[in-house]
Amino acid sequence: MARVHSVLAASVLLVATAIDSVAALPRKLASSVERLKAVGPEGQGNVVAQAAWNDVAKAKASQIPDLIVAMDGANDYALNWIRAAIEAAVQRETVAGSKLSVKSLETVLRDTRHHPRARRLAFELMQRVDASKAQAILPDFLQDPGSEMRREAVAQLMATAARQTNGTKATAVTTYRQALGFSREADQIEDIAKRLQDLGDKVDLAKTFGWVSKWQLIGPFDNTGEAGFAKVYPPEERLDLGAGLTGKSGPVKWFPYETRSEYGLVDFNQAISSLKGAVGYATAEFWSDSARTAQVRLGCKNGWKVWVNGALIFGRDEYHRSAEIDQYRMPVSLKAGKNILLVKCAQNEQTQDWAKEWEFQLRITDEQGTPIVSTR
Amino acid sequence: MKLSLLLTTALTLAGSLGAADWTQFRGPNGDGLSSDTGVPVRLDPSSITWSISLPGRGFSSPLILGDKVFVTAGSGARQDRLHVLCFRVTDGALLWERQFWATGRTMTHEKIGAATPTPASDGKAIYAIFSSNDCVAVDLEGRLLWFRGLGRDYPNASNSLGMSSSLVVVDGVVVAMVENDSESFTAGLDARTGVNRWKLDRPKKANWTSPVVFKSPGQPNRVLLQSSQGVTAVDPTTGKIAWDLSDGASTVPSLVVSQGKLVIPANGITVVEPTAGDAKPKSVWRSAQLRPGTASPVVVGGRLITLNDGGILTCADAQDGKRLWQLRLKGSFSATPVVAGGHLYCVSEDGRVQVVDPSKAEGVVVSELTLEQTVIGTPSIASNSLFVRSDSRLVRLGGAALR
Repeated sequence: MARVHSVLAASVLLVATAIDSVAALPRKLASSVERLKAVGPEGQGNVVAQAAWNDVAKAKASQIPDLIVAMDGANDYALNWIRAAIEAAVQRETVAGSKLSVKSLETVLRDTRHHPRARRLAFELMQRVDASKAQAILPDFLQDPGSEMRREAVAQLMATAARQTNGTKATAVTTYRQALGFSREADQIEDIAKRLQDLGDKVDLAKTFGWVSKWQLIGPFDNTGEAGFAKVYPPEERLDLGAGLTGKSGPVKWFPYETRSEYGLVDFNQAISSLKGAVGYATAEFWSDSARTAQVRLGCKNGWKVWVNGALIFGRDEYHRSAEIDQYRMPVSLKAGKNILLVKCAQNEQTQDWAKEWEFQLRITDEQGTPIVSTR
Repeated sequence: MKLSLLLTTALTLAGSLGAADWTQFRGPNGDGLSSDTGVPVRLDPSSITWSISLPGRGFSSPLILGDKVFVTAGSGARQDRLHVLCFRVTDGALLWERQFWATGRTMTHEKIGAATPTPASDGKAIYAIFSSNDCVAVDLEGRLLWFRGLGRDYPNASNSLGMSSSLVVVDGVVVAMVENDSESFTAGLDARTGVNRWKLDRPKKANWTSPVVFKSPGQPNRVLLQSSQGVTAVDPTTGKIAWDLSDGASTVPSLVVSQGKLVIPANGITVVEPTAGDAKPKSVWRSAQLRPGTASPVVVGGRLITLNDGGILTCADAQDGKRLWQLRLKGSFSATPVVAGGHLYCVSEDGRVQVVDPSKAEGVVVSELTLEQTVIGTPSIASNSLFVRSDSRLVRLGGAALR
């Protein structure tokens, strides 16, 4: 699993932008910020960061926008260190009567080269200083690369649509449709779809989410005592869709399966049989126009593993706790042309009513959640 | 000379715990008992000293240290914004707030959220953990001491229904139970730096119970870890297992220590007594009739109290488990009852605070106050007040006089 861990860890380390993020800060402050940015997994750098944090927390109001910019290139641990220091500095400066520059904060916010979380912090500080101004500029962020800004802008548009339902329904539908086009958050998409349905406009949820819907399935293999999760069955070693294999209770072979579920569910109970203590595999071709980074987004309440082009990207042996859309978001690199997805989905032997599901849903998206669909 | 003595005294006091502080889940001794005697028994709307809005949901208990109340919260559509807040006891004024972005998974059952585990304090700092397994230490003035992303460091350490194990801090070590179906462990984090002092593999089974510190005169401290497999006592400084009980136990309500005995939610209630050294505890009694729900058991005045999710309060003799009486309270319950002045304070999920006198032949509801808020978390007691953290507000009942 070490490789899986490193892939996940890499996903949080946003590569530093072309901007020298601490260049605008005085040397001592810049040095302290760099020490905060040096923190890492398992508490690495915490001791050094403690002292540095106190230095950064002494920043003046005029230095806050530059400190926010200095968050560029920080990992997720360091972002929290820097954020907390900025909050402490802002609190002290506010009590002292020093004002933050809304203009400078807005400049940081509008520069999409900065870290999305840094820009979000700039926005939240703007809200504290000039709430009406912050509210007024929200529509400019409907296509923001940062999920928090984009979500709030979409929420504002949804509120507009809700008000319009008191007037001409067609206007409200148009606005909700706009919101749907901008939204990248599953719960928000479902909310908009429901409101549109109430207005008589049906949303094709499957298309909106962009599920991978055409698969080849095989199974069942044995998962008695949940031992099958770790066992390497032939599909993990070599994918041969023409091969007949020996399954849990006899010969098994690959067969085509296309989900018609608006939530993209690949349902082994329906496709194979309602079984306990069983493993199923699903594979799909995914064609990409170019080599690119993407995310595999999976929802599953069974044990599962996912491979892309033969490489295991993650796996999890938790059964029947819960599932939701985009439950697991895993960064991947797609090749130009054909990519091969392989999913292992393991059902255990629980007998409760809430332990029946043996299924998953999967889509490929960009970092913001925009669906990427196979070109073939 | 006098000045130096004064300074020394002041510094010592600044880093120490007050007798009436509420420093962790179920109070300073982890048993739900407060030494305060001035908490109002007859509750009515005038008992509300103040009630303030919070920036996010939460099911953790407030901590109270001196004149400060510390609360955690989670906000955002995905509960991925984590808050640690500090308020003034006297009037509920916000003194400071720190926010963090979750680095681990934040998915939970809808009934709970990111801020479900209760923080702990050693009087110097507040140690807070969230369902995402992000763990932070801030001093009492809000200075960040360290940050750990345990869900990021160990990416299969999560529970899709949410995590709720609270922290304890003992012997300079913060003990975090990150026990789940997959990457399951308990860690001892250095209270000063946050780095692992030890990390112990634990049963791969979802576990929502909280660790308990067991102190015995002349003996080294032990931290008791309850799981589906039983109870394990570990040395908090090394993580070395001292003894193990392997008869199984609940994964929701937590054991309580009373009069040197362990009252364990296991096969009903199982009571054991640790012996000298690290020998396996000896059995005292067991009763299948006493079945706590989500709320943990509490012992007051020699009486053992359990509360099930449907509001049935059961009282037994703590010496032998003999059932004495049952009382049906109003509402459903997740919060553990807490005790002050011999009275139980039971808060239902719909925010009904019911004060029960458990000392009579039958349990008696002495008074009741409806807050009309959803309350899942266990209340806290300090400053002759009950602090109730609903899913949206922090309410102080009683204790209007300044400390």
